[in-house]
Amino acid sequence: MTTTVRLDVNGEVREVRADGATPLLDVLRDQLGLVGAKRGCSYGVCGTCTVLIDGMAARACLAVAADCEGRAIETVEALAPGPDRLHPIQAALARAGAVQCGFCIPGVVMAARALLAVNPAPDEDAVREALSGQMCRCSGYGALVEAIVGMGRPQDG
Amino acid sequence: MADGGGIRRDRGPLKGGVGASVPHDSAAKHVAGEAIYIDDIPELPGTLHVAPHLSVHAHARILSVDVSAARAAPGVRAVITAGDVPGDIDIGPVFPGDPVLADGLVQFHGQPIAAVAADTLKQARAAAALVRVEYEPLPAVLTAEEALEKRFFVSPSLTMRRGGPEAALAAAPHRMAGTMVMGGQDHFYLEGMIAYAQPREDGDLLVFSSTQHPSEVQHLIARCLGLADHAVTVEVRRMGGGFGGKETQPAQIACIASILAARTRRPVKFRLDRDDDMIMTGKRHDFFVRYDVGHDADGRILALDMDLAGRCGFSPDLSNAIVDRAMFHADNGYFLPHAEVRGHRCKTHTVSNTAFRGFGGPQGMVAIEHVVDRIARSLGRDPLDVRKANLYGRDGVRDVTHYGMSVEDNVLPEMLDELERSSDYRARRRAIDAFNRESPVLKRGIALTPVKFGISFTATHLNQAGALVLVYQDGTVQLNHGGTEMGQGVYVKVAQVVAETFQIDLDRIRITATNTGKVPNTSPTAASAGTDLNGMAARDGAIQIRNRLTHFLAERFGTAPDAVAFKDNKVRVGDHVMAFEDVTRMAYMARISLSATGFYRTPKIWWDRSAAHGRPFYYFAYGAAATEAEIDTLTGESRFLRADVLHDVGHSINPAIDIGQIEGGFVQGIGWLTMEELWWDAAGRLRTHAPSTYKIPTARDVPADLRVSLFANANREDTIHRSKAVGEPPLMLGISAWLALRDAVAAVGEHRLVPDLDAPATPERVLMACEALRARMAG
Repeated sequence: MTTTVRLDVNGEVREVRADGATPLLDVLRDQLGLVGAKRGCSYGVCGTCTVLIDGMAARACLAVAADCEGRAIETVEALAPGPDRLHPIQAALARAGAVQCGFCIPGVVMAARALLAVNPAPDEDAVREALSGQMCRCSGYGALVEAIVGMGRPQDG
Repeated sequence: MADGGGIRRDRGPLKGGVGASVPHDSAAKHVAGEAIYIDDIPELPGTLHVAPHLSVHAHARILSVDVSAARAAPGVRAVITAGDVPGDIDIGPVFPGDPVLADGLVQFHGQPIAAVAADTLKQARAAAALVRVEYEPLPAVLTAEEALEKRFFVSPSLTMRRGGPEAALAAAPHRMAGTMVMGGQDHFYLEGMIAYAQPREDGDLLVFSSTQHPSEVQHLIARCLGLADHAVTVEVRRMGGGFGGKETQPAQIACIASILAARTRRPVKFRLDRDDDMIMTGKRHDFFVRYDVGHDADGRILALDMDLAGRCGFSPDLSNAIVDRAMFHADNGYFLPHAEVRGHRCKTHTVSNTAFRGFGGPQGMVAIEHVVDRIARSLGRDPLDVRKANLYGRDGVRDVTHYGMSVEDNVLPEMLDELERSSDYRARRRAIDAFNRESPVLKRGIALTPVKFGISFTATHLNQAGALVLVYQDGTVQLNHGGTEMGQGVYVKVAQVVAETFQIDLDRIRITATNTGKVPNTSPTAASAGTDLNGMAARDGAIQIRNRLTHFLAERFGTAPDAVAFKDNKVRVGDHVMAFEDVTRMAYMARISLSATGFYRTPKIWWDRSAAHGRPFYYFAYGAAATEAEIDTLTGESRFLRADVLHDVGHSINPAIDIGQIEGGFVQGIGWLTMEELWWDAAGRLRTHAPSTYKIPTARDVPADLRVSLFANANREDTIHRSKAVGEPPLMLGISAWLALRDAVAAVGEHRLVPDLDAPATPERVLMACEALRARMAG
């Protein structure tokens, strides 16, 4: 049965329509116009739809929207107001040449954000572990990993 | 590009010209989540969504199709079957054989029979399940080997021949024959196939399609709707990966969406979910290989007889050219003095296989690398030494291919020497042998392999490109060309060429979506040739405009044209120095045209297919990789410890982008040959149709230590700024990972026996190969 669900998305309360099976991803993309999270596999495997739920990386394609009431949802759109004012994680990935087709990148950004929140200076192994559920078909992951490891190092200037 | 490109006047030296490692033009938008893919385009009111109804048999006659229940389902606006296609039902891209919807006969499990358009996707899917089809099942052929035996082909076999292999084989001091198989590969682009068709005035259609070949999608939509080409416009700004999978296959999705849009007069979006995408669309061809090789005591090949049999699936699609390319690459970098290579296009009742990065080339290369590896092991020699002994020569010595083309630009001897040194191959080989002697369970192996890959479409007419260059009064530029952006960076590389030509900063050039209404009759962005072709066409357009400006300024200032120079955002005319935008304003006022269409056709190439002879390639791109692997001989699990890559991109237009292509291609090749396994059951059903069962490399699967270098080289041919194509060749560097696993397995037999390890070398196959060697050692 479709009901109204109140979600806390990027710090704002938004009312959406959902039934007991509606995935959070559909609500974000189709009702709220937040298309940063992508539809990749809809199996919870590829990671292109990764968002944060209460600070933890989660698959928006598997999360049930109605279950997310009362929880803080954060999507890639919350990080930067636009391409000209990027969040440091985003700037690092863009600068590192880590981006090719770009379809996986919003999910990678969010997975990196979840990692850095609990481990501000992750080593390469920790980054590879955190990215092991984020599939990228274009790169060899090297630049992605390097950029995120670099986030934990003291920054110049 | 950043905004405000035309406003600043204090510009210094050129930024973002040829050779600069500028990031991908959309990088900032990608990371911000603001890069728009087709599924992200805000939907127009009334947009309908599509779900297909798929065949549940691999081969069957369709006795009846009943769509009445589907039509009556909630939200349904239209249901179409083969009989509802207004124009030509066949959308075969080169040869006929691909119906938009199955027409009386299904030829693979998962072939679409009907399509439903409804108000919501959920309603469309529910209704599609209500379509009732009555079948009469027919026997199905499922493997290349079986099809080869039955001579069941989608098109005739071809032979390439040099010298007299029969006599040379008979006279060879060493001779061996064998067979091998290698698996196919799903593209697994993260953005699945999608099309969004919007009706316009006069029955015209604007169609957004995730396609590498907008012109072909345009033509096929027009054909299946019975419209003129000029009534259909196809646009694509970017794809979330393509890898060849979006060369021909998007046409079916776009045609179905367009037929439904024309029928309902409403916008129609057709996005395949992942399972349907993997079931309905073609993949890399798996191959069955049979060979007979003669060689000398040093492992030098004297004669080769080889059959390459590709599983094409139910229709020709691009398989003719793909099997040709496998044949062209059955030499990799090795001279075959006497050879006969036969290519077979096996017809099977499976999805129609299609282009995938390398386009058959990788399969030919895997075949010959298997042969060379086996020769080396049977002689007890280091495979690298046997590879080197077989390399092409130069300047008239051992330099002619089995299809009659001279290899004029061979740099493999130098590249292999350089990589052997920089990767410390010999010392590591000794260290690996020492490790293996002490380690009963874990075994290590290493392989250093070359890549020689021919650049040009072998269908000569495709080697052309067009571009549209528009200069505005404020000195900014809009650029359009036939190249499509799938992450490989063709947009930014071509824009760098235009920046270089006008000598203006890259941020003054706006890259615009590929659109059949701007540049017509384009070739697919494929064959690694996107930048080679479109970069040349765009430069041609920019040079035309620059020449007009030059002659205008020379006349205005009373100087010779050679006194006019464009440099670093400025134009110098004798002693006068002006900003570029001052010149464009003056030129406008003087009624000088500031737009141009550029064009390019690749020179020198020709190919006589009936004689299997010619120069199909303008040049070759080269590379080499050394990969070290470790296996667990009790579980078959493997990991890659280190890989060293040396790759030839000529004079790079953008080294950062090129290195990204090299790393990504290499890892995709590793995936193909060591972990990705497509598995069909006995009924012809693909059982690996999601990432849960089909494993592509993740961040944990790639070599822990990966070192990539560019080989210092300039293209000897006059390509765009002497660069070389980079899209496909690096995939074949992954062959070194497969052969490193073979080397590690061979350690189980103390390198005295030749292991039996086909591709993909999954843990299961590695384990079985280890077990087989152990049994042979014991026996």
